[in-house]
Amino acid sequence: MSDIALPAIASPRTRWLRRYGLASFGAVIIVAWVLAAIFAPWITPYDPNFVDVAMRLRPPSASNWLGTDALGRDVATRVIYGARVSLTVGMVVVLVGALFGTLLGAVAAYARGWAEEGLMRLTDLVFCFPPIILAMAIAAALGIGTVNTVIAMLVVWWPKFARLSRSLVISQRSMEYVEAAQSIGFGPAHILLRQIIPNAVGPLVVLVTLDLGNAILVFAGLSFLGLGTVPPTPEWGSMVGEGRELVQQWWVATFPGLAILTVVMAFNFMGDGFRDWLDPHANRR
Amino acid sequence: MPTAAEPLLQVRDLRTWFLTDSGPVRAVDGVSFDVHAGETLGVVGESGSGKSVCAKSIMRLLDEPARIVGGSILFKGRDLAHLDDEAIREVRGREIAMVFQDPMTSLNPVLRIARQLIEAMTAHGRFTVAAARSRAIDLLRRMGVASADRTVNSFPHQFSGGMRQRVMLAMGFSNEPSLLIADEPTTALDVTIQAQILDLLRGLNRDLGTAVILISHDLGVIANICQRVLVMYAGEVVEEGAPEELLTDPRHPYTWALLHAAPRIDAEAEDRRLITIEGQPPDPRAWPSGCRFRARCPFAIEKCAEHPELLPVAAGRAARCWVTQAGGALHSPERARAGGGAGVAAPVDSSAAVPMLEVPILEVSGLHKNFPVPKEAFFERQRVLRAVDGVDLQVFAGETVGLVGESGCGKSTLARLVTRLHEPTDGKIIFAGTDITHASQAAIRPLRRRMQMIFQDPYASLNPRMTIGEILAGPLILHGIAGDAAAAATRVDELLDLVGLPRQSVRRFPHEFSGGQRQRISIARALAVGPDFVVADEPISALDVNIQAQIINLMVDLQERMGLTYLFIAHDLAVVRHVCDRIAVLYLGKIMEVGPAASLFARPLHPYTRTLISAAPVPDPRVERTRRHVPMKGEPPSALNPPSGCRFRTRCPIAEEVCALQEPPLLEAAPGQRVACHFPGRLS
Repeated sequence: MSDIALPAIASPRTRWLRRYGLASFGAVIIVAWVLAAIFAPWITPYDPNFVDVAMRLRPPSASNWLGTDALGRDVATRVIYGARVSLTVGMVVVLVGALFGTLLGAVAAYARGWAEEGLMRLTDLVFCFPPIILAMAIAAALGIGTVNTVIAMLVVWWPKFARLSRSLVISQRSMEYVEAAQSIGFGPAHILLRQIIPNAVGPLVVLVTLDLGNAILVFAGLSFLGLGTVPPTPEWGSMVGEGRELVQQWWVATFPGLAILTVVMAFNFMGDGFRDWLDPHANRR
Repeated sequence: MPTAAEPLLQVRDLRTWFLTDSGPVRAVDGVSFDVHAGETLGVVGESGSGKSVCAKSIMRLLDEPARIVGGSILFKGRDLAHLDDEAIREVRGREIAMVFQDPMTSLNPVLRIARQLIEAMTAHGRFTVAAARSRAIDLLRRMGVASADRTVNSFPHQFSGGMRQRVMLAMGFSNEPSLLIADEPTTALDVTIQAQILDLLRGLNRDLGTAVILISHDLGVIANICQRVLVMYAGEVVEEGAPEELLTDPRHPYTWALLHAAPRIDAEAEDRRLITIEGQPPDPRAWPSGCRFRARCPFAIEKCAEHPELLPVAAGRAARCWVTQAGGALHSPERARAGGGAGVAAPVDSSAAVPMLEVPILEVSGLHKNFPVPKEAFFERQRVLRAVDGVDLQVFAGETVGLVGESGCGKSTLARLVTRLHEPTDGKIIFAGTDITHASQAAIRPLRRRMQMIFQDPYASLNPRMTIGEILAGPLILHGIAGDAAAAATRVDELLDLVGLPRQSVRRFPHEFSGGQRQRISIARALAVGPDFVVADEPISALDVNIQAQIINLMVDLQERMGLTYLFIAHDLAVVRHVCDRIAVLYLGKIMEVGPAASLFARPLHPYTRTLISAAPVPDPRVERTRRHVPMKGEPPSALNPPSGCRFRTRCPIAEEVCALQEPPLLEAAPGQRVACHFPGRLS
């Protein structure tokens, strides 16, 4: 059999890198941002809200690595502090939305009948509007502020999780293991929560991860339009907004923009990695 | 082997490996065989033996990471293994055609039958569109499709599975290929439809002279139409010969095991236990160095540590076995059973197994289940599918009642009604003296300790996210059988011992087990609560024949040890005959005939029972030739709109006028045997 030429078998290390290299790169970026947000007061040289008009619009230099903005505040400090708001809002919106939507969708799918019908029409209603426009309208109606914006985003956020979890539960419900649980005598709550939902978690985790970047982006968008955080809270979207007319002073808008870019990309890489990991077909290669 | 002419196809030392990242999977590992013009060659083996990969290699239908890494496939002077993509496309469809197992997915659902057939013909430039069209109709007619000129314009979903397989055959034969490869063409079909398709295949081979390679796991199917048989095991051919000899006097222990593991429909069983070989097929990543069957072989000798070659053992026969090459015979089932270790209890004679028929544990009367069907028009009357349409059945303590019928006859629905996973539309179910017809789930819960179910699909019936320990402990805790975690763990260990699985299994997940092992887990779960009545819904139909035998033996053992009562649902009549005391035959939601297994098979009184029995193939060509086959016309009608009077009349060979007018009642026609027919016993 030695005469058969075989292609070289990739080492486990190469294989792992090929599949999860980007995802772990994403994870490293996220971890770095989270640590930066937590330890912001210790790693930043300035107060994010310290106004020094004499120092306004300085380009990047040794003392202000990323320059200063129109009020002389240090851009680097504000970008790092900005991670606190963006990451928190993103996680709250997606996790609360996912939890609420998943449970609602799962119960609807298991109950069938009018409960399911009603819930699905409600999601249709939300899907009728472009999400950012709807969130803007609700945020504007509630008044400006971080909490109000989060509420507005939650209203448009849960339906996609309800839809996904409903379809996942419907596909699981016809599996024989569910019938087996029924024939043993388990009640509906046990079957739904302990047996079906653990099997539906995979795709939900993928959606949550991919969605974190999306939520951060939408929140930044709302802040950019002046609906999110109240000044002078450092927030990436509003910082980009403040710098949008300062074409000469490119650093004011560029660095918070880059921060948004890295976080959103990192979450997307992680989401793709989860998807590969959970995909049974990809596992064989 | 006939050497009159150059063979049509010469496969030599073919090796098709899956080059995965974790090392090569040697699916086909040195296979050689010939196919002569006009010959029918059967290939048998269990799943994973490499038979399908072999067929796909000939067609070069291999996806990455599968690759032909060695050997040659000579076909009409060309080596298919080394043709470029352009050239192999010319061969596919035109010179070698293939029919796949699943007729539901092998046709394109959005294209009309006509277009798919015409494209298959015009693609090779041999026919104009007009010529191809009239040829398509002729072909369909030849394949037995009724009013072909009309139905050719249908979409695939308007055809049943059997009809689609006829279309696939029409497509296969459309370019007059010299070789047709049929990969399990009848596995997805009911036994009566299977008989029709096999008849058709035999006729096509005879009339058109097309050579056929028929791949199947069913020795009966192979025995029926093949002139020569290859038996594959672990990526190799282990035995080759004519079916008359190979199936009556096997020369490889694996063939011997396959032959004995399957119960036969034409034989009365003295013992319900079947002869099985233990263990699993070896890992295709690392075949054992010696004989690959050695670890499971009841005949193994010392020499088997060396890898045997496929050598002639008689005229026209070859086997890859040291024992038979040295002249040894394979004729001692007793020895194998002693070595097997599965049968612990001594065989009991069947008269003792038939219990005292006094109190029925389950009594079903006038049971109906209607499923509403989605309306096609808004103002349409709500239509219902009568899945179970008036069934009376009694099951007595300690017996095994078999429920048989074609797919769609309502046998699975009946199982789910009896266990009250579904609620009946009408009728009455009395279990252990309690009326559970409309009882709430909470009210039934205490009774579930006595009534459990085993499911068909060992891959879907266990929750993939739960460990075996959790799966088995769940019912114990729910029903308060085990007071605490320690008591539950002890009981789980006992259950694993009971079904013959290692105790270390508790921490493992279902995907780490094979199909047969999972079915053991499923049985352990059902037995966890200590039931006395178990409904088994096709518990073995998804398993390989040897694993089927192991599971049957386990179920028989457990029945004897624990005094279980079984309601055993299956479509395989031979299995049902083998394990059941009484059998009920279902057709379109109604019982056609019910009676003791022995008398039902010896003297079937209903024409449907008779045709079902005659359609089941026997793995012995000599017996097969002497059996009288009753061909059954057509396909089962829709349960949405069953025929008037007797619902079997549309396919019945002896139907008369009265059958359309009057529905025959289920009446006792022989002791213990009740039949719903106006002319019981006339067809025999």
